[in-house]
Amino acid sequence: MAASSAPSANFRTWPIVLLLTLLSLPLVVMYIYLFVDTVTDSSTGSLIPDTFTLSHWDFLWHTKVGKPSVWVVLVNTLLFATSTTTVVLLISSMVGYALSRLNVPGRSVLLAGVMVMHAFPSVTLLIAIFVVLQMVGLYNTLIGVILVKAALDLPLGIWLMKGFYDTVPWEIEMAGITDGASRFTVWRRLVLPQVFPALAALGLFAFLSGWSEFILPRVLAPGNNVQVFSVYLASLIADDNNFDLSMFKAVGVFYAIPVIVLFVLFQRHLMNIYGGGTKG
Amino acid sequence: MRILLDHFSKSFGAVKVIEDMNLEIRDGEMLALLGPSGCGKSTTLFSICGIHRVSGGRILFGDNDVTNVPSQLRNVGVVFQSYALYPHMTVRQNIAFPLQVKGLAAADIKQQVSAIAALVHIEELLERRPAQLSGGQQQRVALARALIRKPDVLLLDEPLANLDAKLRLEMRSEIRRLQLETGITAILVTHDQVEAMSMCDRIAIMNAGEIIQIATPSEMYHDPRTEFVAGFLGNPPIAFLKGTAQDGAVLLDKSDIRIPLPGRGRPAGAGRVTLGIRPEDFGPQGDVQIPGTIVFVETQGRENLYDVRLADGGMLRSIQPVRGDLKVGDAVTWAAAGDKIMVFGEDGSRL
Ligand SMILES: Nc1ncnc2c1ncn2[C@@H]1O[C@H](COP(=O)(O)OP(=O)(O)OP(=O)(O)O)[C@@H](O)[C@H]1O
Ligand SMILES: [Mg+2]
Repeated sequence: MAASSAPSANFRTWPIVLLLTLLSLPLVVMYIYLFVDTVTDSSTGSLIPDTFTLSHWDFLWHTKVGKPSVWVVLVNTLLFATSTTTVVLLISSMVGYALSRLNVPGRSVLLAGVMVMHAFPSVTLLIAIFVVLQMVGLYNTLIGVILVKAALDLPLGIWLMKGFYDTVPWEIEMAGITDGASRFTVWRRLVLPQVFPALAALGLFAFLSGWSEFILPRVLAPGNNVQVFSVYLASLIADDNNFDLSMFKAVGVFYAIPVIVLFVLFQRHLMNIYGGGTKG
Repeated sequence: MRILLDHFSKSFGAVKVIEDMNLEIRDGEMLALLGPSGCGKSTTLFSICGIHRVSGGRILFGDNDVTNVPSQLRNVGVVFQSYALYPHMTVRQNIAFPLQVKGLAAADIKQQVSAIAALVHIEELLERRPAQLSGGQQQRVALARALIRKPDVLLLDEPLANLDAKLRLEMRSEIRRLQLETGITAILVTHDQVEAMSMCDRIAIMNAGEIIQIATPSEMYHDPRTEFVAGFLGNPPIAFLKGTAQDGAVLLDKSDIRIPLPGRGRPAGAGRVTLGIRPEDFGPQGDVQIPGTIVFVETQGRENLYDVRLADGGMLRSIQPVRGDLKVGDAVTWAAAGDKIMVFGEDGSRL
């Protein structure tokens, strides 16, 4: 009904909107400036752009010498982020269920262990992982760094999923079993849909975290063929010889576009998760 | 199908819930498992449908020993207290689920769902989700889902506990109608004696994991085997008086009221006994006079319920057609029907 969506009579919204606008204005200005900077030039010493140019976006067409093509980098990053997300979703959704519902021997030890692993700062493991990857021949491969990233994200995912599974009533599973469904069918068709909001949230977080991951690929997969965006971006700054700040910004914008698209697409869903609402 | 529990035991770790229970449910009958909370009714039910693994004994469906048969293959229909409908599916999908799992053809499923929906009167609700249904409608959906597989036995775990009084009355006769129409063997778990008496062919009354008595409702009401059974059945409940038996009569504690005992139930010698007198057996007419004072009057519409305190402090209840001439504090001498008085020994068993 129209009345329910209109603001209530004793609660004015415009002062809040105004306040929020003022507070976020600096951020918005910075974003706009970032974007404007990538398509314009300004004369030396001036902050005001005076000419329109696409030359900073040149990296889309021309691969720079000694650097991988930006499209290769894009594909690598997508592969990296989606693969870690897939692995994290698959494993957490199953392990979380097992830990929540099945009589796994040593369950509490396992849970505590997973928690400790989550609390462990991953940077301290870097050298050891590096050595291991080199020994098994996965150094400088996407698969290697995907496995490592997924492993580090798993503890959080498992705990999150276990928590959500704990809230699904036992009766639903009992009903499924007496209706003649196997335990696996019960999980897939009856229980999994109940924890879908958690899966969506976990998937989104895993994807964003993979998309922005820097330190693991930097150390474990720095090669040109397997480079991801964050590493590519870092190599642009590190390159003292042809330092191009505007191009750096353009790559940054390019890097951020998928994330923004994702947010726009899933915004409603995200709000639902944060609000704790699992309707629908 | 006949169900037989043969020396059935169930324990959770060290907690023994059921020990050595024997119970037969006859083909096509509806049996109530009646007992107070925590006595092991649900445990028994879940063992029959295979959710709990039994710790000892056997469970037979017909002549088949299903003790170690997994739940999926037992062909039982269960209605849970919370209904346990699948919230993400429509009513149609909920009801169709057991058939889908079986791998039936879509057309076949559709036709069977329509038939069962007509049986439980939910044809117009098929496209809704469980959250959009009232309690009674959810109950019907749960029944439909339990019945669609044509199970050998229908198990109902306190199916009416979540309904309001009026719906409860309606669903009581509705469930009974479905059971009679389908001729299915059914077990109804409940702690409400009215439900058990009004819906079922026989009642098995349980206490602390044991079956105390199995009988038809009227047999059990008029001929309870123990004090516990007598106290559990009947609303308003039976009243108990304590006393000592001597020479074929009972002398009530701290008073000079002697109640002569009928031939049956006369204790062999002297000893402590408990007398049970139902409210409808105590009133102006009767052969055993008992004086007392009215301490409470409850109007129930057609009838009044009087609480009468005796000289020894014991309490009797009397239910009578409404009359306006009595009020709290009045002294009355009413009488009990001597042959209806039940006598229980010290251990609670009927003498
Ligand atoms: N999984 C379990 N682990 C340990 N003890 C249990 C378990 N399930 C039930 N019990 C115990 O078994 C006893 C009987 O439980 P049950 O659920 O069968 O009672 P009930 O007769 O159905 O009671 P209610 O009318 O309250 O549902 C209770 O004392 C309960 O604590
Ligand atoms: Mg119960």
